[in-house]
Amino acid sequence: MAVGLAHYLTVAGILFTLGVFGIFLNRKNVIIIMMSIELMLLAVNINFVAFSVVLGDLVGQVFAMFVLTVAAAEAAIGLAILVVYFRNRGTIEVEDIHMMRG
Amino acid sequence: MILQTIMFYLFAVVAVASGVMVVSAKNPVHSVLFLILAFFNSAGLFVLLGAEFLAMILVIVYVGAVAVLFLFVVMMLDIDFAELRSGFMRYLPIGALIGFILLAELMLVFGSWAIAPGVAGLEAAPLPANAPALTNTRALGDLLYTRYIFAFQAAGLILLVAMIGAIVLTLRQRVGVRRQSISQQLARTRAETIAVVNVPLGSGAAMEQVGGPQARGAGE
Repeated sequence: MAVGLAHYLTVAGILFTLGVFGIFLNRKNVIIIMMSIELMLLAVNINFVAFSVVLGDLVGQVFAMFVLTVAAAEAAIGLAILVVYFRNRGTIEVEDIHMMRG
Repeated sequence: MILQTIMFYLFAVVAVASGVMVVSAKNPVHSVLFLILAFFNSAGLFVLLGAEFLAMILVIVYVGAVAVLFLFVVMMLDIDFAELRSGFMRYLPIGALIGFILLAELMLVFGSWAIAPGVAGLEAAPLPANAPALTNTRALGDLLYTRYIFAFQAAGLILLVAMIGAIVLTLRQRVGVRRQSISQQLARTRAETIAVVNVPLGSGAAMEQVGGPQARGAGE
C-alpha cells in the first residue's frame, strides 16, 4: 500500500486533535497548554507540506516556514509572560488568571 | 518503496504516540521530552515527503530553540505539578468527547474531498521535481528571497519584536545592587576628592570625610 496524501493528512489530523484534547485535559497547566498549541501548529505544518508536495507547489513550504517563525515567536513571548506571571503570583494555575478582569 | 512505507508508519506511529504522551504525561519535563520526540518524527515525515529544508529547520528551530526554552522554563519555575493535575479526570470526558467529534469531522473531510480538475496547471511555484537539477533548499531560497522577500522581512521583524518583548518582560531592575559607574568615576575631580587638612600637632587627627563612599572606590 503506497503512502499517499491521505496518510499524511490522517497523521496531521490525529496530531491536531491531540492538541485540542490536551488543552481540554490540562485546563490548569499553562505550560502543557502551550505545548499542545505547538503540537497543533506542527500538525498544520504537516498539512501544508503534504499538500505542497502532492500538488507540486512550493508556496506551501514557504508558508510552513512562516508558520514556524510565528510559532517560535509565540512560544518565546508566551513563556516570558508565564515567567513574569509566576514571579508575581507564585503559581501558574490558569483558573486563577483573572487579574485583568474589570 | 516498501522501505518508504515502513518508515512512514514508524514515524507516524511514534509521532502520534509521543503526542499522546505530551498531553497525558504526569511530569511536564517528560511532556517536553516527548514533544521533542514528536518533532523529530515529524521531521522524518518531512524528509519522506521531500521537504528536507523544512525538516532540518524543524529540528533546529523547534528542538534546538523552542523545546529547550520549554524545558528551561519547566525546570526553572518551582511549581507543584501534582496540584495542577487535580482536575485531570474531571476534564477527561468532555475533552475526549470534543476530541472525538473533531477527529471524526476531520476524517469525514479527508475521506470525501477531491482536487478540482483544473487545478493542475495553477501552481504558483512548481516544485523542483519538474526541474531535477534544483534541490529543495535552493528552490525554496529562490522563491523566498524573490517573490516573498517582504513576507520574509516581516517574519524577521516578528522575531525581533518577540526577542525584544521577551527581554522587556523578563528583565528585572534589582534595587540595592552596587554597580560600577564609569561616568561617575571619570567625572570626579581632584577638588572634590582630596582636601588638605591642617592637623594641629599633638592633638590627633579628626579628619572630616571627603567624598562619598562610592567615590572612594575609584582610586587615585
